[in-house]
Amino acid sequence: MLDIEIDGKQVQVPAGSTIMDAAQLIGVYIPHFCYHKKLSIAANCRMCLVQVEKAPKPLPACATPVTSGMKVFTHSELAINAQKGVMEFLLINHPLDCPICDQGGECQLQDLAVGYGGSASRYDEAKRVVFHKDIGPLVSMQEMSRCIHCTRCVRFGQEIAGVMELGMANRNMHSEIQTFVGRTVDSELSGNMIDLCPVGALTSRPFRYSARSWELSHRKSVSPHDSIGSNLTVQVKSNRVMRVLPRDNEEINECWISDKDRFSYEALNSGERLQKPMIRVDGSLREVEWNIALDYVSHALTDIARTHGGESIAALAAPSATLEELYLLQKLTRGLGSGSVDFRPRRRDFSSEGKLAGIPWLGLKLSEIKDLDAALVIGSFLRKDHPLFAQRLRQLAKQSGQVSLISVTGDDPLIRLHSRMTVSPADLTRALAAVVKAAARIKKVALPVGLESVEPCAVSQAIAESLLAGEKRAIFLGNVAEQSAQAAQLHALASLLATLTGARFGFIGEAANSVGGHVARALPTALNAYEMFAQPRQAYVLLGIEAELDCYNPHQAVAALQQAALVVMLTPFKHEAAPDYADVLLPLAPFTETSGSFVNTEGRIQSFNGVCRPLGDARPGWKVLRVLGNLLAIPGFDYTSSEQVRDEIVAPETVFVAGLDNGIGDLALSSDPASKGLQRIADVPIYFADPLVRRGAALQQTRDAAAPTARMCAATLVQAGLSDGSQVRVRQGQGEALLTAKADESVPAGCVRVAAAHVSTAALGDMFGPIDVERA
Amino acid sequence: MAILGALNPMLTVGLDGNNDRDWRLDAYVKRGGYSALKRILSKKMPQDQVINEVKKSVLRGRGGAGFPTGLKWSFMPRAFPGDKYVVCNSDEGEPGTFKDRDILLFNPHSVIEGMAIAAYAMGAARGYNYIHGEIWEVYTRFEEALDEAIAAGLLGKNILGSGFDFELFAHPGYGAYICGEETALLESIEGKKGQPRFKPPFPASFGLYGKPTTINNTETFGAVPFIMNIGGEAYLEAGLANNGGTKLFSVSGHVNRPGNYEIPLGTPFSTLLEMAGGMRGGRKLKGCIPGGSSSPVVPGATMMDCTMDYDSISKAGSMLGSGAVIVMDETTCMVKALERLSFFYYEESCGQCTPCREGTNWLYKIVHRIENGQGRPDDLDLLGSVTTNIMGRTICALGDAASMPVQSFVKHFRDEFAYHIEHKKCLVPPDVQRAGSGFFKATV
Repeated sequence: MLDIEIDGKQVQVPAGSTIMDAAQLIGVYIPHFCYHKKLSIAANCRMCLVQVEKAPKPLPACATPVTSGMKVFTHSELAINAQKGVMEFLLINHPLDCPICDQGGECQLQDLAVGYGGSASRYDEAKRVVFHKDIGPLVSMQEMSRCIHCTRCVRFGQEIAGVMELGMANRNMHSEIQTFVGRTVDSELSGNMIDLCPVGALTSRPFRYSARSWELSHRKSVSPHDSIGSNLTVQVKSNRVMRVLPRDNEEINECWISDKDRFSYEALNSGERLQKPMIRVDGSLREVEWNIALDYVSHALTDIARTHGGESIAALAAPSATLEELYLLQKLTRGLGSGSVDFRPRRRDFSSEGKLAGIPWLGLKLSEIKDLDAALVIGSFLRKDHPLFAQRLRQLAKQSGQVSLISVTGDDPLIRLHSRMTVSPADLTRALAAVVKAAARIKKVALPVGLESVEPCAVSQAIAESLLAGEKRAIFLGNVAEQSAQAAQLHALASLLATLTGARFGFIGEAANSVGGHVARALPTALNAYEMFAQPRQAYVLLGIEAELDCYNPHQAVAALQQAALVVMLTPFKHEAAPDYADVLLPLAPFTETSGSFVNTEGRIQSFNGVCRPLGDARPGWKVLRVLGNLLAIPGFDYTSSEQVRDEIVAPETVFVAGLDNGIGDLALSSDPASKGLQRIADVPIYFADPLVRRGAALQQTRDAAAPTARMCAATLVQAGLSDGSQVRVRQGQGEALLTAKADESVPAGCVRVAAAHVSTAALGDMFGPIDVERA
Repeated sequence: MAILGALNPMLTVGLDGNNDRDWRLDAYVKRGGYSALKRILSKKMPQDQVINEVKKSVLRGRGGAGFPTGLKWSFMPRAFPGDKYVVCNSDEGEPGTFKDRDILLFNPHSVIEGMAIAAYAMGAARGYNYIHGEIWEVYTRFEEALDEAIAAGLLGKNILGSGFDFELFAHPGYGAYICGEETALLESIEGKKGQPRFKPPFPASFGLYGKPTTINNTETFGAVPFIMNIGGEAYLEAGLANNGGTKLFSVSGHVNRPGNYEIPLGTPFSTLLEMAGGMRGGRKLKGCIPGGSSSPVVPGATMMDCTMDYDSISKAGSMLGSGAVIVMDETTCMVKALERLSFFYYEESCGQCTPCREGTNWLYKIVHRIENGQGRPDDLDLLGSVTTNIMGRTICALGDAASMPVQSFVKHFRDEFAYHIEHKKCLVPPDVQRAGSGFFKATV
């Protein structure tokens, strides 16, 4: 620790700190633009110049390391003169038209100009004009004349997003921030550049000129889009969500959010919102009042339960539903005499059921990732499935942590990987088994039964070695590993590898309540999410589910729904396919319009309030289910608040839920070679993953929202008698889709990558499994 | 040959004007070249001794800053395991400076030998010579010289059987002035945009590719073999106390024989002027920029009393810099001269930090206005204030370099600027200016 003095105040700071760090420690504000706590130091704006005793010139606080006994003056004449001088330079070419700037009212330059700027400009020459650029639908670069060249956006790309999409071209006063000629900014974290930009150069394209910052109420919320549970500030004007910004939480999302967290709010105001309950009358859906709809549902459900037995009813919820909704749905279903309730529509393999030691979770806290020495991720489209989790691994890899990846495609995670294996989905178990075997050999432990036929390769050896070195290591199973038909095998192998290496292991989790669903006990005692469609039921209750997009086998799901006597959908949206199978649509309030809780992947329970009134006649899910419970005369449905529901599930004041345990009981290991024939690899594209992002207008114009193609490597294309760009018919069982074939060397041989969760592939079957491709 | 004269020369000794032959390895060896390197390697001279010899010579960096070379070498962490680099800065881009070009063209082996000795002294095994992008023929010649040295076993692995390895590469720049700033030069070698780094850390601890690196000017390296041959003290004696050795001066402007001249430090300016053939047309010296365009201008009368060394020029209120002597006679419009200089600094600012990016352009715009008859009464004060706001507040020295000419021109020739502002025209009549430019027959 070093003793220094800032403006006469004594402060002790660790060696290696900068003056800026020290000043923040004692609450002394030093004006700055280019400095940002999460980015590397550029020292280019020069706004933070301060006086240091014995230094002849003012020094930048952000970049000057403290030395013992240093005396710093942040408000001396020398410092203030330097800061005012810099401010004048920043303003000479900056348009002085704050009243018509979108950033006005929340602009760092504007704020600091009040303190350090002159009341009139001495600059009487022509101002610089910088041409606008089109870098995609999310981030606007319409007003680049406002740029002050702090390079925060450039450094964000290089350091946080992992890809340098923006750079500073040219030199002198003609320096410009731009993409490489004509390119767009496609990072899934790009929206953070808008927050980082201290001026109105980078602004939010969907939000631009739709409201002034002082008109907006700032309300706290939690993102429903992935298992991280990013903290949000939702900004509301006249009961309408206008913008979503990150809320700092160092433990979870730090100061970032992904673009789907940020821009999905457009769906909340979309014309597709369901605003009144609808009932099928004479073959078509008609709007009715709530009491009629609920009456209809309760009678229909009672009838079916009476005539066909309770087990003829099944309920399926989206894993992004709130904890309270999930809990009440399972309570209702069980009250009707059915054990067929689930919240994991994209899961195929349930053979670990009954063998789980507890609730599957990440296995460690998110904030512990940075301390790992090695990490292995199995079966994940990391960047697209978990943008911020990938970001944490990216930082880990940068700080010498060894990150390895076993995945089903060669997508670039933009992480400096220690080693990687890309195998077909059916070979995932063999690949992981090879690592297990390599680890067992290094540790000189008896080889587990069932893995005899596996032989470790150099890569699996390297992965095993990395997991055995160092103090803290972790193994993570991604979405593909959970969706895979060998999910239980992968779980057991990961568990075994963790035991062998002393690493921790866990599941990254697909959605906001992937852990919460277990906590809410929304788990089947009869048919699970796959079986309830494989063995068609008489009645279905769907909560936030769009079956043809959200299920492992949409073809099978839709067929089951079509034959059912009653399909009740609680949904925020009128969606296109509903008329095919739905009998009742109940308008459900999305996360901004209901109170509720999400349990994120580390088991942290985060409750939130609604940030605005429900649109039209939409109602919070917990209220709808509560009234339904009353109408069905099921006991224990007398809640008056969502908090009451939550307190019934977990003890009040709980921060981390109890019962988290990734252990798995005895499961026979097998490593049979993969089946022959073409295999499907189905990713869930980032902007199709849930009903909200599907309707985010700006998100749907991004490159990531492009329609799916049938992607194969050149060798597979040749084998199938196809060429790049040819039209193909893709078939799985009864279902088929017409797609364009695309050459893509990141897809393993013998596999076809056809995305799920998209209308054009909704008629297909299993996400992973055999698939036929032929020229159309 | 543009090395036109010398007094007690070292670097240019024995160059008889045969440009095709003098630069070659055999000619250099005949002049006594590589004897210093051979002796050091065969005797396995301790590294400290080499550095001490350089310290004794009081060789000061010839690139402009004048930092003592021996001291700089001693900062290098020799015990640091792993790669260390020696880098030669031949990115000579300052208006008026053209000495490194001629050294590399006519005596490239002196630089190679100097770098090899430096690498030996600092335990570096790899070196780069970063050559300005606009002198391509110099780059190709240096490459040829490198080939000769490698073929003769004077570079590469196990030099002359001594076990000492030194690989040297030439690296062409692309003409950006800022790449002559040592950390921007390192960024450029690394393949990045040439922008200076914030210091600390200094290159001696975090340089090329993050490794300890020492960067010296071409002429500095070129002087090293002579120091090792004649000894540090003898080298110092060739110049003045605290100003060791000889130096090349690039004389340009209104003289009869513009070119490079090697003279011992401490030689009177008048002698240098005489060597350069005196003032063109016998006119009077109005002002002189003694050390490259970024050093403050010195009025003619003061300059005539100066000797050419760091201390004397510094006393006259300027800097010896890179030794580029720009001579201006009485036909010069000082506003126009400053306008041209300010344009250069505005154009060459890298754009990284605010005061320089915005300030250099502002300065140019004001001076441009004054020159074009649109000056305002408070412009001179504004120029002063803007330069004060730039100086000492930037990442590198380019901001200072852009400000010093402005301050000194306005200080020494304020009347001329004021006349421009008041009368919307120059004190020196246009026909006189044209005459002095040399493009038209002299009429005065």
